[in-house]
Amino acid sequence: MIEQNLPALPIVIPILCAPLAVLLGRKTLVWPLALLAAWSTFLVCCLLLARVLETGTIRYYLGNWAPPFGIEFRIDLLNAYVLPLVSGIGAVVMTYAPKSLAREVPESRHGHLYATYLLCLTGLLGMTITGDAFNVFVFLEISSLSMYGMVSMGPDRRALLAAFRYLILGTIGGTFFLIGVGLLYMLTGTLNMADLAERLPAVGDNRTVLAGFAFLTVGLGLKIALFPLHSWLPNAYAYAPSAVTSFLAATATKVSIYVVLRFLFTIAGVGTLIDRTVLVDLLQTLALLGIFVASTVAIFQVNIKRMLAYSSIAQVGYIVLGISFVSHTGLTGALVHVFNHALMKGGLFMTLGCVAYRTGTVDLDDLRGLGRRMPWTMMAFVLGGLGMIGVPLTAGFISKWYLVLAAIESGRAWIAVALLLSSLLAVIYIWRVVEVAYFQKPSGHPDSGTPKGEAPWQMLVPTWVMIGATLYFGIHTDLTVGVAKQAVSQLLGGVP
Amino acid sequence: MTTILGLYNYWIVIGLMMAGLYVVISRGNLIKKVIGLNVFQTSVILFYVSMGKVKGGTAPILSDEFQVYSNPLPHVLMLTAIVVGVATTAVALALVVRIKEAYDSIEEDEILEQDPTS
Repeated sequence: MIEQNLPALPIVIPILCAPLAVLLGRKTLVWPLALLAAWSTFLVCCLLLARVLETGTIRYYLGNWAPPFGIEFRIDLLNAYVLPLVSGIGAVVMTYAPKSLAREVPESRHGHLYATYLLCLTGLLGMTITGDAFNVFVFLEISSLSMYGMVSMGPDRRALLAAFRYLILGTIGGTFFLIGVGLLYMLTGTLNMADLAERLPAVGDNRTVLAGFAFLTVGLGLKIALFPLHSWLPNAYAYAPSAVTSFLAATATKVSIYVVLRFLFTIAGVGTLIDRTVLVDLLQTLALLGIFVASTVAIFQVNIKRMLAYSSIAQVGYIVLGISFVSHTGLTGALVHVFNHALMKGGLFMTLGCVAYRTGTVDLDDLRGLGRRMPWTMMAFVLGGLGMIGVPLTAGFISKWYLVLAAIESGRAWIAVALLLSSLLAVIYIWRVVEVAYFQKPSGHPDSGTPKGEAPWQMLVPTWVMIGATLYFGIHTDLTVGVAKQAVSQLLGGVP
Repeated sequence: MTTILGLYNYWIVIGLMMAGLYVVISRGNLIKKVIGLNVFQTSVILFYVSMGKVKGGTAPILSDEFQVYSNPLPHVLMLTAIVVGVATTAVALALVVRIKEAYDSIEEDEILEQDPTS
C-alpha cells in the first residue's frame, strides 16, 4: 500500500501536517511535528530516487484516474534528482529553524510559520513531481503564496513591503505562466506534459506556439529571477527571517528552473522551437549580463544578506547559461549547479542566521572581528564562500568546470573567459566579508548586552551539515554528476 | 474585418490584461495595485472561458436534445484559478493592512520616504 503510493507521499505528508500545525497553535509540539514531516518527506524522496535509478520512470495516477482524464505524477531521472535536493534542504533548514526564529519572529507566530513552511514545501515538491501543466501552476501558486507569507514575517518592517512587491511580481509571473499553458492547451487540447510533447510537433510552427512559449519564458523568468526580472529577489531575501531565506534561496528558484527545463526540453524538445528561434541566444545574453551586473552590485552591498541575494541572481545566470548551450555538457553543468548552488547558498544564509543570532544584524561593519568571536560560524562562511568562487575541492568547482567545458565545446571560448572573470568578482565580494571578519579589530562599543560567543549547537550542526555536503559533493561527484548526466540524456532524447 | 470582429473576445482579453498591468505598474497606491492585479487575473479567466466556448454548444449535460457541447475543462480549470486569485488577493490585502499599521500609509512613495533603503 505505502510502497505503491510512494509517489503521492511527498505531497501528502507536508500538506496534511500543515493544517495540523495550525491546529496545534503555539504548543511546543508544532516544531517536532513539522520536523518529522520534513524528514519523512526527505526519506520518501530518497526512496523515490533509488527506485527511479533501479527501475526507470515511475508513472503514478492520482486517484487511479488514468491520463488524459486524471492527473499523472511522472517521475523520471530529472525530477527524481530535484526531489531529494528540495526536501533534504527543507529538512535541514527545519532542524535549524527554531533557535533562529526565536530571535527574529514573535513566539506566537511560530506555529503559523511552520505551517506555511510545510505548505511551501508541498508546493515546491508538487511542481517537481507532477506531469500535468496546469497542476504545475496550482502548485506554483501554493508555494508562492506561502512564500509571501513567510517573507512578511521578517523582523524588520521592510519585510512587509518586500513581501508585497514579491507578491505583485510573483503573481504576474504565475499568471503569465497560466496564459502560456492556456495557449498550448488551445492548440493541443491536452494538459498532460507527455501528451503535449507528442502533439506539439504536429501543430508545427505556429504563432500561437511562439506566443505560448514567450509567455511561459517570461513568467518563469520572473520566478527564477533571471536578470532583468529579478527586482523582487534582493529585498525578499534580505528582510525575510534567516531560516526562511535559507530555505527560499536554496529551493524556490531551483524548482522553477526545473520547470523551465521541463517546458523547453521535454515539451518543446530539441530541434523545434529551441533551434529555430532566438530564445536560446536571448537567454544566453541575459544570463551573461546577469552574472556580471549582479556580481558587481553584490560587491557594493552593506547588508550581507542582500549581497548574497545579488550573488544568487548571478548564480541563476550561470545555470541559465548552462541551459542556453543546449548541449549535453552544458545541461549537465546547469543541473549540477542547481544542486551545488542550492547547498552552498543554503549553507551561507544559514551562517548569516547564526551571525544574526548573536549580533542582531548582518551589516558588514558589525562583522568586525567575528572570525575570533564565532570561529565555527565564520569558518563555515569561508568554506561556503570558496564554493561560490569555485575553488577546487568544493562543489562550486565541479559545476563551473562543466560550464567552462560546455563553453569551449560550443566554440565560444570567450564565454569561458567571461566565466573565469566573473569568478573574480565573487572573490571580491566574499573577500570583503573575510577581511572584515578576520583582519579587523572588533568594534569598540560593547553591543547592547547580547551575549558573545558561538551560535548554539542546534544551529551550528545543521549549518555544518550543509557546508559539509558542499565539500563532500566537491569530491564525490557520483551522485550529482552521475545522475545529472543520465537525466540530461533523457531530456535531450525527447519524451521520458 | 474578420480579425477584429471575429476574434473580439481576444481583443477584450488583451484590453483588460493591458489595463490591469498598467494599473499595477503606474499606481503608487497599494490597494490600487491589488485591484490592477485582479483585473489582470480576470482577463486570463475570460481568455480560458471564451476558449472553451463552441458556437451553438450547450453545457455538457447528457440529453438527447443536444449534440454540441462547449468544452467544460477550461471552465473547470478557471474555478481553480479563481480560488488562486481570491487567495492572492486575500494575502495581498492582509499585507496592505500590516503595511498600513507599520508605516501609517499605503502610498508607495510615502513608505519609501520612511525607509529609503528598501
